[in-house]
Amino acid sequence: MDKKVSVKVCLGTTCFVMGSANLQELIELVPKKYGDRVDVSGVPCLGLCSIDWEFSKAPYVKVDDEVIKEATVEKVLAAIEKKLK
Amino acid sequence: MSMNSTPKQTSHLKREILVRLIKAYLSDNFAENTRLIPYAMRPKGSEVPYRCCIHKERAILRDRTVAGLGMSIEEADDSTLLSTLAEESLKREEPEKNPLTVLTTACKGCVPSRIYVTDLCQGCVARPCINTCKFGAISIQNGKSVIDPEKCKNCGMCVQVCPYQAITKIIVPCENACPVGAIAKDEDGYAKIDFEKCISCGKCVAACPFGAVHEKSQIIDILKNVKAGKKVIAMVAPAIMGQLPCKPAQLKEAIMKLGFADVYEVAQGADVTTKTEAKEFEERLEAGAEFMTTSCCAGYNELVEKHIPEMKPFRSDTKTPLYYTAEIVKKEHPDAVTVFFSPCNAKRKEAMQNPNVDFVLNYEELGAWFVALGVQVSECGEVQFKTEASAEARNYAVTGGVAKAVQTMLPEHLPTYPVVINGLDKQSIRDLKKYAKNGVCELGNLIEVMACPGGCLGGNGTVNAYKQALKQLTGYVNESKPLVNEEEHIEK
Repeated sequence: MDKKVSVKVCLGTTCFVMGSANLQELIELVPKKYGDRVDVSGVPCLGLCSIDWEFSKAPYVKVDDEVIKEATVEKVLAAIEKKLK
Repeated sequence: MSMNSTPKQTSHLKREILVRLIKAYLSDNFAENTRLIPYAMRPKGSEVPYRCCIHKERAILRDRTVAGLGMSIEEADDSTLLSTLAEESLKREEPEKNPLTVLTTACKGCVPSRIYVTDLCQGCVARPCINTCKFGAISIQNGKSVIDPEKCKNCGMCVQVCPYQAITKIIVPCENACPVGAIAKDEDGYAKIDFEKCISCGKCVAACPFGAVHEKSQIIDILKNVKAGKKVIAMVAPAIMGQLPCKPAQLKEAIMKLGFADVYEVAQGADVTTKTEAKEFEERLEAGAEFMTTSCCAGYNELVEKHIPEMKPFRSDTKTPLYYTAEIVKKEHPDAVTVFFSPCNAKRKEAMQNPNVDFVLNYEELGAWFVALGVQVSECGEVQFKTEASAEARNYAVTGGVAKAVQTMLPEHLPTYPVVINGLDKQSIRDLKKYAKNGVCELGNLIEVMACPGGCLGGNGTVNAYKQALKQLTGYVNESKPLVNEEEHIEK
């Protein structure tokens, strides 16, 4: 059986303010679209914004080990599609 | 109806500037670091995501920073350095009067609002567009319909009758969103706000896809008072409880980490509003009134003042939750500087009219402040408010919540029929005018008016998506104590 894709939406304060508030819809949308092939969850701060004060690249989402900067719903879905191929 | 659910790159830009501005203020060289903001955001050789070239990108970021400094972009001279403006911003004693400002270089992109025949026109034989146009504005050229802009009155009849849906109305988003016709493109093609008409509702801020309409931020004024060691007290609107990724009880500590001396829930004042308004409603009905409207929404209050004065006799005389809260705070702390944490722009106007409210901070600005200081809200401790507000008061932020609260305080025998105006637009304003003119509303007698769809949670200064915000806030409401009708208790 194929390995599950893991999607972590950072809900730390910085990511939330810079846009992950609007990525929360992924948490409902992804299971509807991909069933149990993808695990999606909102997680506490991933610590990515504190590297070189990169808050301007927030919000961050991790799809498996891939870090998506300035994440949008479209970017995340595209990354999931790539992993599932 | 849009309810702050569409993620926008313009919000990201505005918030990034606010974070950098706060950082600059807290650094040892505010003026110089403010001047550098456009360069830090678009350094030499960086890609140009939105505009024609890096210079225009920087020029626009510079103008956005002017709004962040709380100044009018229209009035600021292009040749004045941001560093000079930053220093000037420190000198003012109170915020500038009109709370909105338009970045005209960003807004040039819109085509003027008009009716337009698209390529889908089949040049049909029936020609319903020509037959239906009362102004003779449509003719056939090269086998297709063409509209003469000189004759067209934008009535939209041709749009409705075209069997191919080939005719469309091109809209200017800000003009289309404004419920009172206060923003329009001037002869140069730039959007301009008519402040005589503007009700400060903030719908244009949310609607503009170029992010050209800005609130004049008061963040510098607030930072200045905190830095000066003043006793700065936060008064947080009920809507805040659904806005950040933490429990509501953690917010107090998070806000105090920014340097605030204390935090009051405006829901505390909402409890006063509920009781006063219920009593007023009962008295009015007994005196023969057919209906009464609520009076807590600042956008609606401005609407009544400027566009529906005939509604004044029907609007409740009860003050807003902010009014009562600020009164309590200033009584307990006469030396305090008060800051209202607002979900919308309209409250900036109300604050300017109330000497007890010194400044206003919206949730985008609050969020930016947390980012600038690296405050992780979910790691803050849970602290109770000195005075805990009721569940009903905390629910004021949701459409229908105010009417519901008032209803719980009314005696059962009183015939109460709540009507909810869930967002002001051209239609709901027409309805309100009709109720005022006829002195009666056929739908009910207790009319709650919210300028924003969804209530305060749909305000233009919010951060969280509406659905999630509602879920969080409802959780908080459900764990709060219900409002007690003291008079009823005495009777029993």
